[in-house]
Amino acid sequence: MNLARIAAVPLRQFYLYRGSAARFVPVFAWVTVDMVLWGFMTRFLGSLAHSSYRFVPALLGAVVFWDFLTRVMQGVTTAFFEDVWSRNFLNLFATPITIPEYIAGLLSSSFATSMVGLAVMMAVATAAFGLHFAAYGAMLLPFVLVLFLNGMALGVAAIAIVLRFGPAAEWFVWPIPALLSPFACVYYPLATLPAPMQWVARLLPPSYVFEGMRAVVSGHTFDGAYLVTAFALAIAYLVLAYWIFARVFRLAVQTGLITRYSAETVS
Amino acid sequence: MRPAAPTPPTPREPVLRVENLRKHYDSVRAVNGISFHVCPGEIVGLLGVNGAGKTTTISMILGVLEPTAGSIHIGAVDLLRHRSRALSCTNFAAVYAPLPGNLTVYQNLRIFALLYGVHNFPARLKEVLDAFDLHKFRNTKCGILSSGEQTRVGLAKAMLNRPRVLLLDEPTASIDPASAREIRSTIRSYAARTQTGVLWTSHNMYEVEEVCSRVMFLSQGEIILAGDPRTLPAQYGKSTLEELFIGVVHEPLDFGAFQS
Repeated sequence: MNLARIAAVPLRQFYLYRGSAARFVPVFAWVTVDMVLWGFMTRFLGSLAHSSYRFVPALLGAVVFWDFLTRVMQGVTTAFFEDVWSRNFLNLFATPITIPEYIAGLLSSSFATSMVGLAVMMAVATAAFGLHFAAYGAMLLPFVLVLFLNGMALGVAAIAIVLRFGPAAEWFVWPIPALLSPFACVYYPLATLPAPMQWVARLLPPSYVFEGMRAVVSGHTFDGAYLVTAFALAIAYLVLAYWIFARVFRLAVQTGLITRYSAETVS
Repeated sequence: MRPAAPTPPTPREPVLRVENLRKHYDSVRAVNGISFHVCPGEIVGLLGVNGAGKTTTISMILGVLEPTAGSIHIGAVDLLRHRSRALSCTNFAAVYAPLPGNLTVYQNLRIFALLYGVHNFPARLKEVLDAFDLHKFRNTKCGILSSGEQTRVGLAKAMLNRPRVLLLDEPTASIDPASAREIRSTIRSYAARTQTGVLWTSHNMYEVEEVCSRVMFLSQGEIILAGDPRTLPAQYGKSTLEELFIGVVHEPLDFGAFQS
């Protein structure tokens, strides 16, 4: 892996973000809106419940984490879309950059933008609604890491879809987090779901994170085996997503799709 | 004292060697078993009508299209086996591949310098901006440059890594005659000075005669004629290269096409 070639991908994103408010503002604007909306929702639910349930760390915290996963995924896809939108595939893939380097570049770009988003969310949730991340204790870092790995896997799988089916397939990508959220148990416990949906949920690493998060803030213990399962699934999905992208890229080079990408298909 | 015997010329290893290259799409033979080479400092013209297989050939040499069969060597490096290493010694410019318009000239060149592993970027940047008279556009977004200026930026990118093989697909297609002449002169002197091998496609036969030391006519994926562009027309009873081109288009069988 050549670090200079990897660095070229996030450097391009940096130039684009620096020169365009339309790109930079959404990094923190929408997550701020989400924090405000869900912050008040959480307060309202807390005032209704009159119970000891800790809505702020359980619900608002879940929103922070889910938004983080979404931002990680979109960080990967948006960096890729910049090459789609500017029809840059031919220039880019005629250079010595390899697919692992390109993916590593997209991931590092996503890391930077998603960390900005996470920091903004944490600041707003803490300052405005009293969310203290210390409530998650030592589990905070593993939770974030699992979501980061899974967001990367979703992002890489999503760009494989777009590479395979053409620029219009971008519209398959944006709703992916919304499609997964009912199964990811972001806002409710796994037991709430009917049995078939629980099976799907158990295949998704975020469901373990959100179950664990609720357990920790309720003062219950969280089985370490679940965390290991979540990590194992997250890593497996990332490897699988990379394999799918590499296969799709190979197919695009074999069929000539890379050179005629705007045509969406060469058949 | 007898004059010293002239030193025999050192055999020049080709910088680009293409052997039996094929690209088939189902029943369509886009490129059908072509072989050629380009030596250091040589500018070779790849000619043919639209759809003859020129861009398909260039795409395969750029590693963005996998051949059905055959081999491509950049120097001694097999492109199909060592793609990244081979591509670090090539570069290209084409009117259909402008650099991202939402980045400035500097930003684009900085990024491609990283991708191609260019050392001492500031010095190299100055050289290519000088060569293509781009200093005043250094901080201008490529998207707002005229098509001719964008072509010059593309050429600056193409020379950034001092490639051993330079692929130019109609490099002067959108440029006015005066600028086109300057660019031809820049590329010719660059190729001679750096011993870069250039594969050049163009529909401008005047240009081809001016810059190419050798041409190959491609028709339906096969090379049907090759030779010196200044002597080739006479060999086939034509007065100009353009006449020869038209003859090849209209009567390819007369030129030995598709006999295999």
